[in-house]
Amino acid sequence: MVAAQPEAASTATRTAYEPVIGLEVHVQLKTRSKMFCGCERDYFEAEPNSHVCSVCLGMPGMLPVINEQAVAFTILAGLALGCDIPAHSKFDRKNYPYPDLVKGYQISQYDQPLCLGGTLEIEADGVTRSVQIERIHLEEDTARLLHREGANGDSYSLIDVNRSGVPLMELVTRPDMHSAAEAMAFLRTLRQVLRYVGVSDADMEKGSFRCDANVSLRPVGTTTLGNKVEVKNMNSFRAVGRALEFEIERQARVLSEGGRVAQETRGYIDATGATVSQRSKEEAHDYRYFPEPDLPPLETSRVTVEELRGHLPELPAAKRERFVAQYGLTPDEARQLVETRAGAEAFEQTVALAGPAHARDVAHWLIGDVTRLLGTLGEPDAELTDSKLTPAHIAELVGLVGQRAITAATAKEVLQAAFESGEMPAAIVDARGLRQINDDAEIDRVAAEVIDANPQAVADYRGGKEAAVKFLVGQVMRAMRGRADPNGAAEALLRRLQS
Amino acid sequence: MALTTDEVRHIANLARVALSDAEVERFREQLSSILEHFETLTQIDTTDVPPTAQTLELVNVERPDEPRPSATTDEVLLNAPRRDGPYLRVRAVLD
Repeated sequence: MVAAQPEAASTATRTAYEPVIGLEVHVQLKTRSKMFCGCERDYFEAEPNSHVCSVCLGMPGMLPVINEQAVAFTILAGLALGCDIPAHSKFDRKNYPYPDLVKGYQISQYDQPLCLGGTLEIEADGVTRSVQIERIHLEEDTARLLHREGANGDSYSLIDVNRSGVPLMELVTRPDMHSAAEAMAFLRTLRQVLRYVGVSDADMEKGSFRCDANVSLRPVGTTTLGNKVEVKNMNSFRAVGRALEFEIERQARVLSEGGRVAQETRGYIDATGATVSQRSKEEAHDYRYFPEPDLPPLETSRVTVEELRGHLPELPAAKRERFVAQYGLTPDEARQLVETRAGAEAFEQTVALAGPAHARDVAHWLIGDVTRLLGTLGEPDAELTDSKLTPAHIAELVGLVGQRAITAATAKEVLQAAFESGEMPAAIVDARGLRQINDDAEIDRVAAEVIDANPQAVADYRGGKEAAVKFLVGQVMRAMRGRADPNGAAEALLRRLQS
Repeated sequence: MALTTDEVRHIANLARVALSDAEVERFREQLSSILEHFETLTQIDTTDVPPTAQTLELVNVERPDEPRPSATTDEVLLNAPRRDGPYLRVRAVLD
């Protein structure tokens, strides 16, 4: 295998240049039908060429009609990102002879996109800043091509038209990011916002969230943009990070050796972590855009815009701030809880049941043990609703601990049992006899037994090894099957040891 | 407005149409005369006419987001130059 990294430019060389990164993000919208026809949008695991009609194929006499939901989703995404929604918008025909669009052109938007401007606040390397968005437009996705080698060595391509015509939103940023970390933070934050708004699954692995990057370098302190390289084929967040790091390093080396960065398209190769030059076309793209004659233009009234704005949910950044203010959480706790809309809703539902005084306890359980248990379900983004646990389970558990009915150690065991069976915590506690023993006489009796049974630890303690008490507390807990209040146990032991 | 032979070759290339030298000249003349014909439009005074991308005066022709049955795979592939199982097969294309 080829070496994964270009010979690293020296740190001094590397820091002499500022990377400038712009992103183009393609997002499949979660409509029920396609962009311009009634074929089902969701082709996941569908038979090839089973979600196709004459509109998809561009047969003579077909007439595309705009899916109103796709337009609404795009405007919603634009509003969530602070874009302007111009009153006038239209579709254009982008001509290109490539078999991933069997009709010979793509319906896209050229000079009057649905959304203009906008910003997205990101946090990278401990710094929070706003990334400028250029525009968001709506277009149709292309067919999927599968490249094959024949038995006799000839190669050919197979076409599955199912994906062709799926509503595709393209977001273009300004060249406004300056590290791979910023680009990745932008993509993660964008994905989070789009999922909150509910316009897309935004799943990179499934291809509903795809990204190309424009990367150039310039000497630190200058403002002119250098020759840019378009990086393609990045199919995961990890791939974006590796591809951009590689490309920044490569360009720094070219420039530091007095070379010139060629303006070209480079493909990322996952197996090597490198970007390689893709055969550059001799001429610039010539798409012969013209207004789509089959589709009348769109007019978006202020009334429509405000109506859509009313449908926006509370977005992650606002939710995070509110959680800190309303529930007394730390910013980091709030950030973890608002990671997904469903997760944030689970938190608030649980607090509503457990009472606001227990908000932080609820947060700790959800961020800690519950998240760990959900991780064992084997789905990368499992939510509480994917498990047998409900907000009522967590609230009851927090209540039991709060009333000192069970110890923290017991609570973990009860949670595990509830996660497995779906039984309510109080029922589990009663069925297993796990109630915390707050009876001082009982604890004192066991403490006396433990002291008698562990003369060495007692001697260690009296000899000055204070840590020996922890061992003895552990023995009391063990004898009482984890049901003793650990503080009460320590007190009882110390009372006897010091007397 | 007369087209150059280079412009004709460029357009033919974009459309993936192979033309002989004689055809380039023949289409150059024909396309040029079509363009000249449409140049007549430039004689109209459009000072007070707002720019538009269409002439039907329709706006917001949209449909509800409701799925409808697709064609069968056999129908989809009926006109395919070559079929390979459920796929359309073409000569190798590179990204």
